[in-house]
Amino acid sequence: MTPPATDESAAIGWSRDDIARRLAQDIPHGSYVNLGIGIPELVARFVPEGRTLIYHTENGLLGMGPSPAAGAGDPELINAGKRQVTMMPGAAFFDQSTSFAMIRGGHLDLSVLGALQVSQTGDLANWSTGEADAIPAVGGAMDLVAGVRRVFVITQHCTKEGEMKLVGECTYPLTGRAVVDRVYTDLAVIDITADGFRVVELAPGVGFDFVQERTGATLLPPIQRTAAV
Amino acid sequence: MIDKRVAGPAAAVADIHDGATVMIGGFGEAGSPIELIHALIDQGAKRLTVVSNNTGSGEVGLAALLKAGRVRKVICSFPRTANSTVFPDLYRRGEVELELVPQGTLAERIRAGGAGIPAFFTPTAVGTPLAQGKEHRLFGDTECVLEYGIRADFTLIKGRCADTHGNVLYHRTARNFAPPMATAAGVTIVQVSEVVDAGQLDAEAIVTPGIFVDRIVHVPSPQQESALIAAGARYP
Repeated sequence: MTPPATDESAAIGWSRDDIARRLAQDIPHGSYVNLGIGIPELVARFVPEGRTLIYHTENGLLGMGPSPAAGAGDPELINAGKRQVTMMPGAAFFDQSTSFAMIRGGHLDLSVLGALQVSQTGDLANWSTGEADAIPAVGGAMDLVAGVRRVFVITQHCTKEGEMKLVGECTYPLTGRAVVDRVYTDLAVIDITADGFRVVELAPGVGFDFVQERTGATLLPPIQRTAAV
Repeated sequence: MIDKRVAGPAAAVADIHDGATVMIGGFGEAGSPIELIHALIDQGAKRLTVVSNNTGSGEVGLAALLKAGRVRKVICSFPRTANSTVFPDLYRRGEVELELVPQGTLAERIRAGGAGIPAFFTPTAVGTPLAQGKEHRLFGDTECVLEYGIRADFTLIKGRCADTHGNVLYHRTARNFAPPMATAAGVTIVQVSEVVDAGQLDAEAIVTPGIFVDRIVHVPSPQQESALIAAGARYP
């Protein structure tokens, strides 16, 4: 399924930083948050002024800070992507049983993950394309989507090749069934509702039909709010 | 007097037998007990089942154990990493079996094994290929899958400091799988860079109590996987 080609599509909508900035606006002060590897990590750069979030990394640290200065890192102070990080005041270390008790026991407020595909019922596929030659690797993704209260996905709306990522039904192996609450893409913010995908907000200059043409299931329009008198 | 110290890595792993199940701590290079793994390569045990979160990088440590052809099966959550070619090559050639387990389920299977719990139900992986063929049960509205506890013959882990009774402290995110793995093996072997007499550690701060630890090996300056790889090292 390939949407209609347009010359200007690459320049339309939000940049990766813009998507991360938009998502960060929706995370309340004081939340305990797990950011997945890749684009989700960008979110930490855009937390609005005055809010403090506490980042969990599933390999065993609560209160993760940014990358260390060059040469100041510790190879045994790393994040789930195995990159060196720092710790914030009030940080805590713990073992894998405790870390996944936080995840599986519903103690984290939010998990932000990337996606290969998201279905209109909130199924997520983000760990395997199912190719015969691929080395299957899952890490903590299945635990995060099963255990964390809210799951946000941050992703490009379509792949580089123009394949749709928001679909009626996932064709890649699932990470979890009916687990995604909201999707942030370069084109829109979209909720997963009982009725399917519902647009919450369109990126500046992006029309509803433009997004619909690039989405593999029916999009519901934003719920109109009555203007204040 | 109790003193769990042994002479060195070679003595610590001398009785690991062919066909043994061995848990190996570490998340990436953090917490990987490289000196114990290299001693196991020298020792020569074959047809091992390895329980570990990853499969190592370069051709040192865990990747070197795989490269040496000593591992029959890996139980793991994420068997590829930057710089990991050994496991992918073996896997594609069909020379090593893989049991892929979600990371939290892996941690809980190890914890359960150590706590005498033979199996448990969890919602993790329901609806995915990793739940296929497993027993399912509904608890309230939540569908769950049955997972079994894991026990091992030996556990190899790395700590920062131990006392002679085997109480262990760790270093930052090197702790990861070590505490649950310490509980789940017949023989738990810990390499540490510092050993002190019993009574020298703050009893309130001990992470792994000595009852779970059988052998302490003093490795004053443990090697770091990334440094070995950067130096072009291979083992043996």
